[in-house]
Amino acid sequence: MAAPVIEVRSLVTQFGDTRVHDGLDLDVRPGEILGVVGGSGSGKSVLMRAIIGLQPAAAGTIRVFGEEVHAGAHMLSSALTRRWGVLFQGGALFSGLTVAENIQVPLREFLHMPERLMDEIAAYKVAMAALPADAGPKYPAELSGGMKKRAALARALALDPELLFLDEPTAGLDPISAAAFDSLIRTLAQSMALTVFLITHDLDTLHSICDRVAVIADKRIVANAPIDEVRRVDHPWIRDYFSGPRGRAAAGAHHRARVHADEPA
Amino acid sequence: MDAPVEVDERVEAGGRVLRLSGALTVARAADLEARLAAAAAEPGPLAIDLAAVARVDTVGAFVLHKLLRDRPETEVRGASEAARRLLAQVAAADRPCAVHPPEPPLWRKELEALGAYMVETFATIGAGLAFIGLTVVSLGRTLLSRRNIRWSAVSVQMEQAGVAALGIVGLMSFLIGIVIAQQGYVQLRQFGAEVFVVNLVGRATFRELGVLLTAIMVAGRSASAFAAQIGTMKLTEEVDAMRTLGLDPIEVLVLPRVIALVLMMPLLGFYASILAVAGGGLFTWLVMDVPPASFVQRLNEVIPMSDFWMGMIKAPVFGAIIATIGCFQGLQVVGTAESVGQRTTIAVVQAIFLVIVLDAFFAVFFTAIGWD
Repeated sequence: MAAPVIEVRSLVTQFGDTRVHDGLDLDVRPGEILGVVGGSGSGKSVLMRAIIGLQPAAAGTIRVFGEEVHAGAHMLSSALTRRWGVLFQGGALFSGLTVAENIQVPLREFLHMPERLMDEIAAYKVAMAALPADAGPKYPAELSGGMKKRAALARALALDPELLFLDEPTAGLDPISAAAFDSLIRTLAQSMALTVFLITHDLDTLHSICDRVAVIADKRIVANAPIDEVRRVDHPWIRDYFSGPRGRAAAGAHHRARVHADEPA
Repeated sequence: MDAPVEVDERVEAGGRVLRLSGALTVARAADLEARLAAAAAEPGPLAIDLAAVARVDTVGAFVLHKLLRDRPETEVRGASEAARRLLAQVAAADRPCAVHPPEPPLWRKELEALGAYMVETFATIGAGLAFIGLTVVSLGRTLLSRRNIRWSAVSVQMEQAGVAALGIVGLMSFLIGIVIAQQGYVQLRQFGAEVFVVNLVGRATFRELGVLLTAIMVAGRSASAFAAQIGTMKLTEEVDAMRTLGLDPIEVLVLPRVIALVLMMPLLGFYASILAVAGGGLFTWLVMDVPPASFVQRLNEVIPMSDFWMGMIKAPVFGAIIATIGCFQGLQVVGTAESVGQRTTIAVVQAIFLVIVLDAFFAVFFTAIGWD
């Protein structure tokens, strides 16, 4: 099997005396979409911040593309930041720049290319993220929540990364936009051969686009497998999560959709 | 690092063939585009062979797609499954998208900027007056309805804006006192009138400089802090949340700050005047050999009580102005983090400017009523 893209070993993170993770292990394999779920406050976002080097670990090692991430350093290694893209929960677009300029920030910073080519790249990234054609010159404050997410995704994809981190990409979107965003991620991941680390609460997202699901509970990963196997794991939180009313509804809908698709025409 | 792009051009039966190798990625996009443009300048059928290409990403595919789009007699050969998929996806995303806002002619831009500035200025004046009115009404309502003023909030603000400023205000005043005494001494000595240094230090600090310099310092510290605090609360919708809970932001946020500065400014101003006099006293003692006891005795003779009252009357007015402007600018924040920065700057500049203008009015007024 190919070497994992992300390799977390016995990670311990803590805030003061509160331990968030205690001996957490996680592998993300190349080309897969890994969905990370867990209760509120179980440390999903903290895990992501630790992997991308924004949150110092108290113990343990984290390797991304085989290179150890030293969290807490002032500047992240540019060899790494050029190979990953991050979509923060609130978008984190630079508010003083237009959408097009936001997308061009990494291009400008790392590459030398003519201004005209940079504009063309920004234009097609805007289109690729399924933003409306007039979104490029707008400022983030003028965008709706869903458009902000799309613009932030376009910025995360500006350097054509191999690894994409998404922190609750569909939170706060209406079901239609959320489904559209899911399929956008699926298409992009397929065509660009992306590895995706996706934090979500959205059961529909888990069912429709994730290859594997990792469950954080009790300060570590308690399950990491395709969703149908995870459902059968005997753990109180997993039982409550997948067998609650919403879990059953999402699974039922997904099952029905699959049955319909398999029916001969 | 991605391998550089190599282009190998040869002529075959059907026309020219470009064999590309290396990485067609974002890092090599500028180079790839230039090479393709050079090869494509010549008309005629052209085939592009991708069989030897190591890696393609969307930007590489996009550059290739532009060539195919603009030059119809071009075909692609030997593309891998992934490359074909990328090309199709990029082609689907190729639709006209605006990148830059439309650029109006210069004269129009300048006129628009001037007009926007005028509108903004008058709107701000109107909003400022409305805000002062709201604050007064809110104060009156709080007093009339015998609701308690939020004294805990007031005391927190008094500590942050007043007690925490003691060090810097004291040091500044002490040094200013020394400088006034020293400069006065150098000039007055020419007439043998150096004994009047005591008058100069005492009267200048109590009448003017003590309170004025303190007000400038407090404007720099607290008007900015108020604007940034309230502005950030506005951005994170905390102010809106307050309204929906039935709390009046003016009563909760603005009144405690205004009351705190109205109470603290006279105290800080008096403290600053005393330290400035102490600085002047130290200078006269060390340089002019005037013992502290005679210095105090002389102060007592030359400073009329009206000087003290002048400072104490001005100080609370300055405090109210500084706090009001800081809070007002904070509440004017909309949208972005940049707006917080702009409003904070405006708050400090306006507060200092208005304090100095008002100080001039006070000077004329006090002279007119015979306090000199």
